[in-house]
Amino acid sequence: MGTPLLELRGINLGFAGNTVLDNVDFTVGRGVIASLIGPNGAGKTSLFNCITGFYRPQSGSIKVDGHELMNLKPHKVTQAGIARTFQNVRLFQQMSVLENVMSGSHCHSKAGSIEAILGLPGQRREEAMIRAHAIECLEFVDIAEEVDRDATNLAYGHQRRVEIARALATRPKLLLLDEPAAGLNAGEKQGLLDLIGRIRDELDISVLLIEHDTGMVMKISEHINVLDHGIMIAEGAPKEIQANPKVIEAYLGQDDGENLL
Amino acid sequence: MAQTRSNAFNNIIAQFNEPWKRYIAFAVIIALLLMAPISLGPYATVILTNALLYVVLALGLNVAVGYAGLLDLGYAAFFAVGAYTVGILTNTFGLNFWLTLPIAVGAAAVAGIIIGTPTLQLRSDYLAIVTLGFGEIVRFSARNLDITGGASGISGIEQPWLFGWHINTPFEFYYVFLLLAIIAVVVSVRLQHSRLGRAWLYVRHDEDAAEAMGIDTVRIKLAAYVIGAIFGSVAGVFFAVNLGAISPESFSFQQSVLILMAVILGGMGKIPGVILGAFIVVLAPELLRDLGEYRLLLFAVGLLLVMLFRPNGIWSVKGK
Amino acid sequence: MSVLNIFLQQLVNGLVLGSFYALVALGYTMIFGVVKLLNFAHGDIYMVGGFIGFLVLSVIAPIVGPGWTGVAVSMVVAMIAVGFLGVVIQRVAYQPMLNAPRLSILITALAVSLVLQNSVLTLTHGQYQPMGADLGFGDINLGMLFVSYNQMILVGTAAALMIGLELFVSRTQYGRAMRAISIDKDMCRLMGINVTAVIAVTFFIGSALATAAGTMAGAYYGSIWYFMGFLIGIKAFTAAVIGGIGSIPGAMLGGLILGLLESFGTQIPGIGSEWKDVFSFAVLILMLVLKPTGLLGKSEQERM
Repeated sequence: MGTPLLELRGINLGFAGNTVLDNVDFTVGRGVIASLIGPNGAGKTSLFNCITGFYRPQSGSIKVDGHELMNLKPHKVTQAGIARTFQNVRLFQQMSVLENVMSGSHCHSKAGSIEAILGLPGQRREEAMIRAHAIECLEFVDIAEEVDRDATNLAYGHQRRVEIARALATRPKLLLLDEPAAGLNAGEKQGLLDLIGRIRDELDISVLLIEHDTGMVMKISEHINVLDHGIMIAEGAPKEIQANPKVIEAYLGQDDGENLL
Repeated sequence: MAQTRSNAFNNIIAQFNEPWKRYIAFAVIIALLLMAPISLGPYATVILTNALLYVVLALGLNVAVGYAGLLDLGYAAFFAVGAYTVGILTNTFGLNFWLTLPIAVGAAAVAGIIIGTPTLQLRSDYLAIVTLGFGEIVRFSARNLDITGGASGISGIEQPWLFGWHINTPFEFYYVFLLLAIIAVVVSVRLQHSRLGRAWLYVRHDEDAAEAMGIDTVRIKLAAYVIGAIFGSVAGVFFAVNLGAISPESFSFQQSVLILMAVILGGMGKIPGVILGAFIVVLAPELLRDLGEYRLLLFAVGLLLVMLFRPNGIWSVKGK
Repeated sequence: MSVLNIFLQQLVNGLVLGSFYALVALGYTMIFGVVKLLNFAHGDIYMVGGFIGFLVLSVIAPIVGPGWTGVAVSMVVAMIAVGFLGVVIQRVAYQPMLNAPRLSILITALAVSLVLQNSVLTLTHGQYQPMGADLGFGDINLGMLFVSYNQMILVGTAAALMIGLELFVSRTQYGRAMRAISIDKDMCRLMGINVTAVIAVTFFIGSALATAAGTMAGAYYGSIWYFMGFLIGIKAFTAAVIGGIGSIPGAMLGGLILGLLESFGTQIPGIGSEWKDVFSFAVLILMLVLKPTGLLGKSEQERM
């Protein structure tokens, strides 16, 4: 195994005097499906935003494959191999499904304005490759038949899949999914579980998800981290987490608590 | 009533969605424009030349505003950079016109990078006001410096020679600007359907999501701003040699606003829309000559109405 | 004249200029605070204010005279009239755009600015209009410098308006609501605050303050024209940015700083008065680039 794929050490984040993340340590191994859970407002999405460069933690270290990511801008983080989806699906409006997914290839292509204006052969080849790769990603998530539709007109479940395809198109080593099952029905959730499994097994991409549906989390995750009030209170295999008294306490009074027990 | 008329108009526009119809329309328009000077006479030729100038300027500004969503309120500054570069270099330093062209392009690119690099990281409304300030700084400087000829500007700019051909009649300039406009359209189309063109749209629609896809948003915006600047500068170069004289007042805030109106009235981000807008901006005052002082007011009200009732511009098809 | 003499004289000039900038900057900053809109039309509100003030003055001058009394009455009437104009503009042009992309609302604001400018251009044929005020030339000799009564009245009125605004914002329900809305509009709606009404009040006050500046500037400098709002619009925005956009004390401070910077800046050898405006724009750009949060503005961590 060697070094973990993602390694966070001593992350501190605060807004205007409020502590959001308090000295958080966190690792994600290679080839795993891991989850980050915790009650509402625990700081899960904030942690995602720190990893992906949208927030700047006041201190700490974030390493992927041993490379320091702290203070890198989000696009550099993506280029370093971490892709993400957003809690409230954020597809590019008024653009087709295909164009949306083609955005993921941006950082693996290079043709600039002059190549485009002159229509050089290299540029045309690259365009064809970007397109082919996007279609491949759409086929992988099983919505290739929707390529030409306006992305934001799709059914919600399909929009989520487009967003995952778009993230896959960046060729990540680690995929961060922010509540991918929110708003999906039971059938769609099962489909999502299968998809996440295939992403890991067939594409060899590690997956880290934030999820509220604890049943789903227990079913799919090999490793779970629990965040509460900005503090990492537990980590381990699903069985250990279910039995951990700290976790039960954190969830008491929450609707999710029953599911967990 | 208004609704049905607007639908009818949408249907006409929708006719051009099929590629072969578009090519035919394009060929017809080019043929008409090629014949125009012969059939319409000298006065109309000068007006049409002006319209073609605005097509180039508006397509340039469209790269920044329409594609990348950057509100540039000082676009006339780049127009001025091109015009003054050719004016100063040919008049004061006796440089050959064709040598000044790449220098003007370089100067606009450098100006665009200098003003764009620090400001494109700011909120979009700050960018608008910074570009406005930049536009005014350029105009004030042109008015106050000796090398730019002060308030009276530069006159006696020599018209260019091309392989022994002296381009100097209004008819010849008409064709020069027609060529420039066609180049501008081709360049715009190519850019729009490229990796860079898509990146502009990503950034315009959702900057955070674009960033999460690994797109360096500041760099992408800078590219749009600088490419727009180069369009403006090239237009300025030919504007200067066409008129033979330039003065700071040609590059005022009103000029920037007029170009912006051309972009927005027709439909920003859509090439036919922007061309339509450029023609409206130049031809409407000619057709509405009797209205005298009301012309500008009419434009202003038109812009407001477009923003309130047809925010995607006149050339917009529902659902696309 | 001694250096000290010039210094003091420029200090007074800077204060007068700064008062105008501050009054207009307040509107920018308040409107930005509640609707996050850079109201490009605000400079033109100042211009329209000057013209309405002129109209009122030309009606009442035969009765109360063209002196400060007449100007004061015109100013108050114009403030109320243009205040309502500001509310109407907000309702008609900006309200439908509140959820539109930022680019659209910016262009709409620009369109409103152009409509106001060109309406007045059409009505006045682009000519300068003498204001018709007669303020006299009395002044006080303070040993080293002369301060005219006009300058004192002007700065005094501006100060009184600003103190009034500060009291309004800190002591009244509307003022508190205004500050709350600038922090979280949706939360305010949930708390039962009538957000629409507060926005209207903000536009009313912002427009009224700009009108006060416009009327006084017309009376002080003698004439008005349709384009007078353009430069002051940009400069007042600069002032708001210097102070920290969204901050009311910041706008006051920024106005004074910019006024003083300009009047002293023109004394620097090599920067004559013809470079005065370039100087202001350069300050604006540098400020935005180097410290976009301004002197009194709060920096905010980006949130998603």
